[in-house]
This record gives sequence, C-alpha cells and structure tokens, in this order.
Amino acid sequence: MARTSKKANRRHPLATVVLIAIGLAFTGGGYALFSSTATADTSTATSQATVEEGSKLFAANCATCHGMNLEGTTAGPSLLGVGAASVDFQVGTGRMPLAMQGPQAMQKPVQFTEEQTAALSAYVASLSPGPSIPTDSQLTENGNATNGGELFRINCAMCHNVAGAGGALTEGKFAPELTGVESKYIYEAMLTGPQNMPVFNDHNITPEDKRDIITYLKYIQNNPSPGGFELGNLGPVAEGLFIWIFGIGAVVALTVWLTAKSN
Amino acid sequence: MAHDDTSGTDVAAFSSGADGVSNSAGRAVEPSAASGGLAVITSDALADPGVPPHRKRVTDLDPKKARTAQRTVYTLFYLSIAGSIFAVAAYMAFPINADDPGSVRLNTVFLGLGITLALMGIGIGAVHWAKSLMHDEEGVDIRHPVRSSDDTRARAVEIFHEGNVESGIGRRSLIRNSLIGALVAFPLPAVILFRGLGPQNENPAELLSHTMWKAGARLTLDPSGLPIKAADVTIGSAFHIIPEGLNDAHDRLEQKAKAAVLLMRVNPSDLNVSAGRENWNYDGIVAYSKICTHVGCPVALFEQQTHHLLCPCHQSTFDVDNECAVIFGPAKRALPQLPITVDGEGYLIAQSDFLEPVGPSFWERS
Repeated sequence: MARTSKKANRRHPLATVVLIAIGLAFTGGGYALFSSTATADTSTATSQATVEEGSKLFAANCATCHGMNLEGTTAGPSLLGVGAASVDFQVGTGRMPLAMQGPQAMQKPVQFTEEQTAALSAYVASLSPGPSIPTDSQLTENGNATNGGELFRINCAMCHNVAGAGGALTEGKFAPELTGVESKYIYEAMLTGPQNMPVFNDHNITPEDKRDIITYLKYIQNNPSPGGFELGNLGPVAEGLFIWIFGIGAVVALTVWLTAKSN
Repeated sequence: MAHDDTSGTDVAAFSSGADGVSNSAGRAVEPSAASGGLAVITSDALADPGVPPHRKRVTDLDPKKARTAQRTVYTLFYLSIAGSIFAVAAYMAFPINADDPGSVRLNTVFLGLGITLALMGIGIGAVHWAKSLMHDEEGVDIRHPVRSSDDTRARAVEIFHEGNVESGIGRRSLIRNSLIGALVAFPLPAVILFRGLGPQNENPAELLSHTMWKAGARLTLDPSGLPIKAADVTIGSAFHIIPEGLNDAHDRLEQKAKAAVLLMRVNPSDLNVSAGRENWNYDGIVAYSKICTHVGCPVALFEQQTHHLLCPCHQSTFDVDNECAVIFGPAKRALPQLPITVDGEGYLIAQSDFLEPVGPSFWERS
C-alpha cells in the first residue's frame, strides 16, 4: 500500500509537468495563431490610420527636442533615417521620452502602450527609410550558441562584459547589462546602435549571427554558472571584495578563537 | 617538555593556583642563566611584570562542564565522519553530466560541503579538545645561544684540515683545477638545450616592429575572415578587423595579437586629419590598431557619439576625431593608424603596414 502511494507520489510531478507543457503548447499555439492573424489583418489596414496616430503622438511628445519634421534641434538629434527599429527600442524600453539631459538616456517605466509605440515607429519610418523592427522569425533563440559566444566576445564583451553583466564607459556613461532584455530589443540595439553603442549592421553581423548572439545570451541567462555564485559576474572587483570581507573575516574570527583562552 | 642541554635551567612550568608563584614545577625561572644575545639592556627598563596569575577553566572546576565539552568534541568528530560519508554519497548522487552545467555546480557544492564538514569537524574538534580538556599548563622555554662551544668549533676546523691533508686537494693542484673545470663545464649542455627551446635567429625588436599588414591586404572580419566593402561600413559602425589570410597563418594568435584593428566610420567632416595622412582614411572610414600603447590591452570600447575609444584596463581614452590622440589615462602615444583605401572591387585594403610599431613601448623602439 505504502509502495503504491509512493509510486503515485513519484508520478505526480511528472504528470503536472506534462499537463503544464500541453497547456502551454495549446495557449502558446493559439496565441501565435491569433497574433499572426491579427498582425496580418492590421498590416493591410495599418498604414494610414497608424501613421496619423503616430504623427499626433510625435507632435505631442517628441517634437520639442526632435523637431516637427524629425530634423532635430539643439536639444535632440535628427531622427531622419533612424528607422522603426530605433524608435521601437528607445520608446519600448522606456529610454525615450527623456526625463532629463544627462550622460545617457536611462531606462524608465515605459511611457507608451504597445500600440502607441508601434504608431510612433510607423510614423518615423514613413518619413524616411531606416532599419525595420525584426520579425519573429529573426528572433528565434535556437541558433548556434557557440558561434554566438565567439561573436559576442569579439564584438560586444569589451563593453557589456563577457557574461553580459554590463560595464562602465567614460564620463558617467555605461553599457547596460543584457540579462533579462527581450530578444527584440537586443536585436534592435545591434541594428541601430542606440546612444553611444556602435552600429552593427547586417554586413558586419549578419541576421543569422545576430540570432546566434541572442541564443548565446539567453543560454548563459538560463543556465546556472558551473562555478557557483556569480556575484554579479563583475569579475575581480566583486570576487575580491567577497574574499576580503568574508574570507579574511573568517580567517580573523578563527584566529581570534584559536588564540583565546578557554573560559 | 623538552629540556635543553646547553643552558640547563631554562624551562619552568607555571601551573600553580591563584597565588601565581611557581611551586609545582619546582624550579623558578632564572633569566640570568640565558644569554641576552644582542639585546640592548637599558638602565631604566621596566621591571618584568611576570606571568599573570593562572586562571582555572570552567571545565577544570565543574565536572559537568567537562562532560559537556567532551560531548561537543566527540560530536564534532562524528560530524566529520558523517561529512566524509556525505561527500562520497554526494559524489555518486550528483554526477557531472557533460550537457548540463548545473550538474557541475550541484556536484561541487555538495562534495565541497561534505569535505568541509569532514575537515572542519576534525579541526574544530581538536582545537576545542585542546582548549577545554587537555592539561592546562603554561610553560616557558628560554632561548639558548646559537654559537657552538669552543671545542666543537675547534674540532670542525680540524676536520677540514684533515680532509685537505688526506685528499691532497691543496697539494695536487692539477687534480683540483681539472675537477673545478669539469664541474663548470657540466651544466653547459643544459644551458644550450634550454636555449634551444626558445625562438631562434629572431630579433624581438624586429618582430615587434612589423605586423601581418602589407600593401593590398584586404581588411577582413574577425573571426570569419570575410572581406568588407567600404559601402557596407555605415556611419557609427565599429568593425573588428583581422588581416586577410590570418586564419590560415601557422602562428595565428601571435600575428593577431599585433595585427588586430578596429575599423570605424564617422562623418568625414568630424575628422581632423594632419598633413601626410590625408589619404589614410576612406570617406570617414578609419582603421586604428586595437593594441593599447600603454600595456597592450585591446582598445575597442568605441563610443559612437563622442568618438572616444576607451581602454578597459586602465581607462586610457583616445579621440578618434584627432587621430586617436590620448585625451585621458596613462597611455603616452596615440594609437597607430593603418592607412587604408579600396581596391577595384570596392573592398577595403591596407595601403601598407603600420608606419610605427604597434602596442606598448619596448627598449629598442626608436
């Protein structure tokens, strides 16, 4: 009796996992179907209404710095040719609209809904051509993580840290950490070079290579470090501080205990 | 307690009660018996305060406490046994699976915990045992002189003298000198063999002064080695460049360490080009050595708005607009520029090698 109940217990978690997987597959599949049909519907009807909407939003929220016709002012750069991808990145991650002038635009709570962001992107893209928002097929995370890792170390790691933990630049600027960033925004950042990040166009890092880099980033994000605690992946500073405080602290405490007379 | 033969009265034990006077060991300390060595004795020295009165431990006074301490010690030793067994069990229960980095983590964490428990159990148990239960006596060993007795010293000189007379090494100079010669010559093969492991017929200064770049060599992408068209380098781009053919070189890494280049494109009007370098860039596309002139770290942190290049090691900052002049940090020289142009097919090529040695200074650098 006890054996059977034990067996039943053992099966339970597996059954739950299978059930969850089936449920996820259904809802995910359903959502994918729904969203693809939805975009198919809107893309045909999109254009004019969305661009109109984007134009109004732009005039109300962006034109003060970027000019009524995207020509730029002393307070902000021209947006001619930046493309939908750039707008989607800057607005979608909450960097724009800017709260204040500073060394670099900080990430803030996102100010616009997805529809508004899409409208703004469509409006800016309608005035001058530029990189477009990557499609879902470009963002699959099933690329070659080994190749992505090599490309990441050559092109990205010097600023963003080899584990994507971010790092300091000059005069208060910094390269942000890449863990937890949506694949779409990583792709758009490479494509458009936001702020002080250089541009990595499709001739430099091909769309397949970009997919591999995203795969690598997601791989190191989803797999625990074999070495144990990462301590923020910041390298010798964090690790040195840890050893100084806890390692040497333990040695001092043990030494005090060793030499103290027993009461 | 080990007694010393030469100074006789240098050991005393203090295990008395609260009165602080040595009585159980039977002999008081006699500091005058030991040599003061080189210590300077000042006339107004403070009197030796002596040893503080002996304080008994709770385990000496209370048998109950002693039993508790005993229990603690053997519990720690049993814990150590448990830790060792746990480590063996963890090694088997959490095997390392090559496909799962997380398994390495589990394996090392539990194995480490087990071994830590095993070692710490023995160590802490032994120290606690010694501190709370072992005999509580304080002893003093007085330092004895290092100098041997005169008899021993005279005998040593005599032995050397006898050796000289018996072997005749002082008298038979031909034998002595040929032996010295043989001993000097013996390590020579080792020196030559070890020298043979190093580079041959190479002048390090010459090697450091030249890279793989030569006239007409295409600029290719790191790591794929694909050539780059000038039209593909958009403004604000940063390309990591290796010379054409580097991936096929037998000494690929040595060559890459010198020839690595960062290619950037800025607005041509932003560039302040000095005389003689007018045709080194191509429509705002510039190529600079990636090896820092300070101590050779790869300088590749390109800020595309400020056009500054930052070295991550010591924060040397170079201004791409002014031919990578140093604007901050410990570097003393600008990054060497690689003169580039395009070939007939539109691919970027080098006009020549760097016109100065890349990387940090060395003695022979002019």
